[in-house]
Amino acid sequence: MSDPILTLDGVFTNIAQYHILQGVDLQVPRGQVTMLLGRNGVGKTTTLRSVIGHWRARQGTIRFDGQDITRLPTPAIARAGIGFVPEDMGIFADLTVEENMVLAAASGPIDPGRLEWVFGAFPPLKTFWKSEAGNLSGGQKQMLSIARAMVEERKLYLIDEPTKGLAPAIISTMARALRDLKDQGASILLVEQNFAVAKALGDTANVMDDGRVIWSGPMAQLASDAGLQEQLMGLSLDAH
Amino acid sequence: MTAAPEHAPKMAQAGFAERIGPWMPVLLVPVLCVLGFLAIPNTSSWLTLTVSGLAMGMMIFIMASGLTLVFGLMDVINFGHGAFVSVGAFVGISVLLVLGHMTEAPSLMLNLAALLVAVVGAMIATGAMGYAFEKVIVMPVYGHHLKQILVTMGGLIVVEQLIIVLWGPEEIYINRPEALKGAITFAGAALEKYRLVAVAVGLIVFGAMRYVLRRTKIGLIVRAGVQNGEMVEALGYRLRLVFVGVFIAGSALAGLGGVMWGLYQEVITAHMGNQAMILIFIVVIIGGLGSVEGCFIGALLVGLMQNYVAFLEPKAALISNIGLMVAILMWRPMGMIPVVKAK
Repeated sequence: MSDPILTLDGVFTNIAQYHILQGVDLQVPRGQVTMLLGRNGVGKTTTLRSVIGHWRARQGTIRFDGQDITRLPTPAIARAGIGFVPEDMGIFADLTVEENMVLAAASGPIDPGRLEWVFGAFPPLKTFWKSEAGNLSGGQKQMLSIARAMVEERKLYLIDEPTKGLAPAIISTMARALRDLKDQGASILLVEQNFAVAKALGDTANVMDDGRVIWSGPMAQLASDAGLQEQLMGLSLDAH
Repeated sequence: MTAAPEHAPKMAQAGFAERIGPWMPVLLVPVLCVLGFLAIPNTSSWLTLTVSGLAMGMMIFIMASGLTLVFGLMDVINFGHGAFVSVGAFVGISVLLVLGHMTEAPSLMLNLAALLVAVVGAMIATGAMGYAFEKVIVMPVYGHHLKQILVTMGGLIVVEQLIIVLWGPEEIYINRPEALKGAITFAGAALEKYRLVAVAVGLIVFGAMRYVLRRTKIGLIVRAGVQNGEMVEALGYRLRLVFVGVFIAGSALAGLGGVMWGLYQEVITAHMGNQAMILIFIVVIIGGLGSVEGCFIGALLVGLMQNYVAFLEPKAALISNIGLMVAILMWRPMGMIPVVKAK
């Protein structure tokens, strides 16, 4: 693999007395969608939160675009070019959609062309531009959460379960938006439980278990090998 | 994957009750005024008490606004906030005493100039003190509420004792600037000039805070930080710096409130900030922790309630605001305008 944009090397992270990550080794190639898969509670979300600095890795190194970010504060990591979409969406409910987006454009005013592109991906955000984000539906909140990351060009997007709990129509909208992002050459590390979406978007896959990555390889290989899926995750993607 | 159907959301028309819901706390102020009007037989007395209540409310708002933001933004319970009120009063009044030739002159411009110098001096002193207080006392106890209560109360006691060392243990009685003494008569009611000035200053401070919070990027960061600080940092903003700025601004506003409160009562003591903290906490709690608008409405309600009840039934004045707090918390347990916090 040539010059990955993100590399985790032997990362251990604790949350209170719990040892969640136990030596995660992971590489995210440039311009690709890297899937992070695995059962619930194996450390996928903790991996993303360790990268963005919300939880500190107590051991190991995290390198982003050639720079060691293991000990950097979260704002510095974000400003280095990482967009983060958390599992709980992290929207500011008392702020309008517009204010959420203005805030997400940390480096200056929103680029009108990019905003139109975001509206193209998520039309409801234009409809509810002046509405309080707390009044949006679950799907619209998820759109806003991803749109916030998209409103400025980032080198890497960390996206945690963007289709969780959403209706099929909204999932399709999400998948299209992520494909748009991918087509623009963005690098994405995506945690996703919806295997159809994972199969459609993923270039490479990393399967986690017990706080470490137990398998890495092409997504196509994992998607086509039911035996491998059974062995790694205890289920077959075809079942979904 | 199948193509997504056209997503065409519509906003349903809200009913009257839903539309009026967010404005209910705002309506409480005129409702309380009307209740006061009905309970107080004399219109001129009611007008005098209303202006007095609004003035008192504005000053409490100025003192409390910083505290509510500090709590909302960083979850810090600062029992030492009253120290800034006391220090502001002592610094401001000391400046006014030095500028006695200006305050005693029968010139409104000279009086206001002296007052402005005193206020600026008090705000600079309390802002600098707030910076030191945050660095030395508050920063080591982030995330530990019990420690925050203990250590900030300790800080308050230390500051009170330092005031006694510097200015002495006695109360200091104050003469207001000449132009702010006395009252004007309106519709048969005597309206103290100073109270009218206090109402004007309170409105200016509230307007400025609202402008900053609603119309500027820094205000956006503060409002978002109150809801979900972790996400604000993930967007690239150094919330820690914003918090220090808010702490300094809140301390400076408490200093301004201290000067105004001192001139209102015409006496200052080292413990005046501590005594004001009861009202300040009531206002912050009933307003909704972290809400500036809630704090403003809460302060007006407390000021009006205190004045009306003191006139109608002086013995009940002491408990009237506690009763108000209980009633509001039974209606809205998170305060009148609660800030939606991230889970």
